[in-house]
Amino acid sequence: MAQPAAMPHDDHDHPHALLPPEPALRVKALETILTRKGLVDPAALDEIIDTYQNKIGPQNGARVVAKAWTDPEFKRALLEDATPVVADLGFYGRQGEHIVVVENTPAQHNMVVCTLCSCYPWPLLGIPPGWYKSDAYRARAVREPRKVLAEFGVALPSETAVRVWDSTAEIRYLVLPMRPKGTVSLDEDALTALVTRDSMIGTGLPKVPS
Amino acid sequence: MTRVHDMGGRFGDGPIVPDADGAPVFPQEWHGRALAVTLAAGFLGQWNIDISRHARERLSPKDYTRFSYYEKWISALADLLVEQGVLTLADLKGAEQEGPHPLASRTLKAEAVSTALSKGGPADRPSNVPVRYEIGQSVRTVHPASNRLVDGGHTRLPAYAAGAEGRVLRVHGTHVLPDSNAHGLGEAPEPLYAVVFAASELWAAPENPKDEVVLDLWQSYLEPS
Repeated sequence: MAQPAAMPHDDHDHPHALLPPEPALRVKALETILTRKGLVDPAALDEIIDTYQNKIGPQNGARVVAKAWTDPEFKRALLEDATPVVADLGFYGRQGEHIVVVENTPAQHNMVVCTLCSCYPWPLLGIPPGWYKSDAYRARAVREPRKVLAEFGVALPSETAVRVWDSTAEIRYLVLPMRPKGTVSLDEDALTALVTRDSMIGTGLPKVPS
Repeated sequence: MTRVHDMGGRFGDGPIVPDADGAPVFPQEWHGRALAVTLAAGFLGQWNIDISRHARERLSPKDYTRFSYYEKWISALADLLVEQGVLTLADLKGAEQEGPHPLASRTLKAEAVSTALSKGGPADRPSNVPVRYEIGQSVRTVHPASNRLVDGGHTRLPAYAAGAEGRVLRVHGTHVLPDSNAHGLGEAPEPLYAVVFAASELWAAPENPKDEVVLDLWQSYLEPS
């Protein structure tokens, strides 16, 4: 282990400046150095990319939401302590060690941001989209959530309070959107297809059945 | 006092551009590569999540602003590898060094990826710091929003929420304190709370008097109100 850093290192000739400036080449250069020293295994990198590209994504969160819409006991347990409940469905891991689910109601709409970086519930939603990590979303979501929602095509009645969750710790928030009207006859699988990623971040609403 | 990453509430950023349905997870191939190299290097065990977040925040304001998201990751990773003694400046310049690296036995192998990612790294720890606040209690955040252990150090109290009065909404248990852990000063676990603030407490012109913002805040960020 290296020495504890008691002071922030604010030296102005940062080591990264020694790597090629073009980002794709910068990544390649660092990967090559680490691979040559045996510190990264390129096959492990492929595996990590495959995991977040193809295996873990918003389809996981959608299953949780659809189950909560159809199973009152599951929903009660989910809102009380989500982490073990979603772990039982197989959704646990990096950036999802402490999950809290917050429920939208006619009186309150929830929306999630990370103003300081890009914290996001990976095991349930995968890697965050570009806009979630953008300066504009990080800066504006806490101060003017209704204008932000309008840019996503969502207009809330003024009677609905907006509660924005700024993910400043290791707690990861998932929004439980309201079940759309006209879905009484749909089963869990059909409901899952209505749950969008953005509806679980709180910047969107679920699809309505066609 | 603050750093450029602490941008909550800032004016002037312009519209948000939502992505199209089915947009790729990694729009450029190197994005996925940057994420994977960063995660794999983390498994060498030479830093914790708070140190790595702080490494990104310590990019100069000029670099932080001009770099795209994964450029921040890869550049901060290069800085961290050198600061923690894993690589040398000569290594980054491309000068070959012979012989196996002492940390090579810790390298994350392809067959271990799935287990490693699904194992996670919880941040809750037992603590003997007594829980001081209960749900419903009024609290005020400290002002200014600065690390009290290391001047200019890492903290998770955003500037926009410093000196504000709120109410405890949830008690999350006791969690590792980033202000300490990011600087190699120990995990120092203490109670963590979700605290709700009226939008009118934070902003001069809130959009709606009913609106609220919730932040997760450590006990040492709070005072009784």
